[in-house]
Amino acid sequence: MLARDQQSALRHTPLHALHLARGGKMVPFAGYEMPVQYSTGVLREHLHVRNSAGLFDVSHMGQIALRPKSGRIEDAARALERLVPQDIVAIAPGRQRYAQFTNETGGILDDLMVANFGDHLFLVVNAACKADDEAHLRAGLSDACAIEPLTERALIALQGPKAESVLARLGADVAAMKFMDAGPRRIDGIDCLVSRSGYTGEDGFEISLPAERVEALAQALLADSAVLPIGLGARDSLRLEAGLCLYGHDIDATTTPVEGALEWSIQKSRRTGGARAGGFAGADRILPQLETGASRRRVGLRPEGRAPVREGSSLFADAVSSEAIGTVTSGGFGPSLNAPVAMGYLPSSHAATGSVVFAEVRGQRLPTRVAAMPFIPSTYKR
Amino acid sequence: MTTLFTPDHEWLRIEGDVATVGVTDYAQSQLGDVVFVELPKVGRSLKKAETAAIVESVKAASDVYAPISGEVLEVNDALTAEPALINSDAGGKAWLFKLKIADKGELDGLMDEAAYTKHTA
Repeated sequence: MLARDQQSALRHTPLHALHLARGGKMVPFAGYEMPVQYSTGVLREHLHVRNSAGLFDVSHMGQIALRPKSGRIEDAARALERLVPQDIVAIAPGRQRYAQFTNETGGILDDLMVANFGDHLFLVVNAACKADDEAHLRAGLSDACAIEPLTERALIALQGPKAESVLARLGADVAAMKFMDAGPRRIDGIDCLVSRSGYTGEDGFEISLPAERVEALAQALLADSAVLPIGLGARDSLRLEAGLCLYGHDIDATTTPVEGALEWSIQKSRRTGGARAGGFAGADRILPQLETGASRRRVGLRPEGRAPVREGSSLFADAVSSEAIGTVTSGGFGPSLNAPVAMGYLPSSHAATGSVVFAEVRGQRLPTRVAAMPFIPSTYKR
Repeated sequence: MTTLFTPDHEWLRIEGDVATVGVTDYAQSQLGDVVFVELPKVGRSLKKAETAAIVESVKAASDVYAPISGEVLEVNDALTAEPALINSDAGGKAWLFKLKIADKGELDGLMDEAAYTKHTA
């Protein structure tokens, strides 16, 4: 049977058995079989992360080390700046920064995290893009860097207000870490690479460790009554409430970082007039947009009723016009807001916070207000 | 009073020429936490297999099809305020709508509880 063949072709993370044991409802995601939820259910999983702590398996994501051939970290940083509009040179050892790989037309090939671990850069990229990203790095940086996919490492995230105390109970020295700090830490006797970051809008940590140790650490974390395992369903509703982009949906190869409302991630040094202005793919398009804005923009959307407005819904300027002015790129129900929530693209003329547009859902035009993001206040430890 | 089931995981309670329609407990377990329900308008004439209601979880929207043809006599407004009733009592308090049965012959193709249990096994 076709379905079964496809099933067997899906890859497993090192926590696959644990997912099944915890009642994980497994679905295909980016070539992996991943839990969309556990027996707890999406709604309670979401709220548990906001109120306590949740454990996510994100081992399907790509982890890549960039090692400078010269031995000087700034050479790796300068090389990576050819591919991203961010200031990588300025990332201090033990710090991490959000970045995007751009293409020649200024579109986003992937979004990623870049950490400086002293002698090398450590990248975390999206699962669906990791093969392409690796090829892109090899094509662009091989003169300056050894590109090493860390395929034998797992990645988990512990998110929520109790994440710090849970890790502290396992002997991890993480209390002094601030948002986007990153470095080696021992957790429950296991050598890990830990960053204080995540994809939920909550305080929390992302933990990279050898694949053969991850089940032991996951079990130790789940043994804490504050922690529940959290599936992809709640991961999506959490990041949506936090206003964070899902690659391939809210940003892609056709949207620039400016259109995607990600200007905050592009430092002055790479902008027009900066010390290392331009010099990245798509700079011709992105730099002018940084000065004068783009014709369309990713915005937060709060539908006024109770009906969720989902990805793909068309957006209209009013209740009757036949021409759509934009599209919803992510949408659903926000359990913490107890209301529908979405994001999408609108012309700049309609993108101001407070503007009202109409989302079409099953033939009806639902009034939807442009809202500031994040939709819920983030609780990062600055 | 007879209870019948469709392969699409709806139940129908037949009382005279009125059918009360809901989704099964199996269906709610597959849907997950229900956060929104859209019900048909009272008085609407539904044709068998057309979309009669929408049930949405955090993650996705699902159509509920009219299991038989008939006019909508009543809808369960309690679900609009409390969609999660579908998770807690799918087979009871969370009925969706009542239909005036247009053609009793359409009931013939439906399953009894034993057949439905086998269907979801």
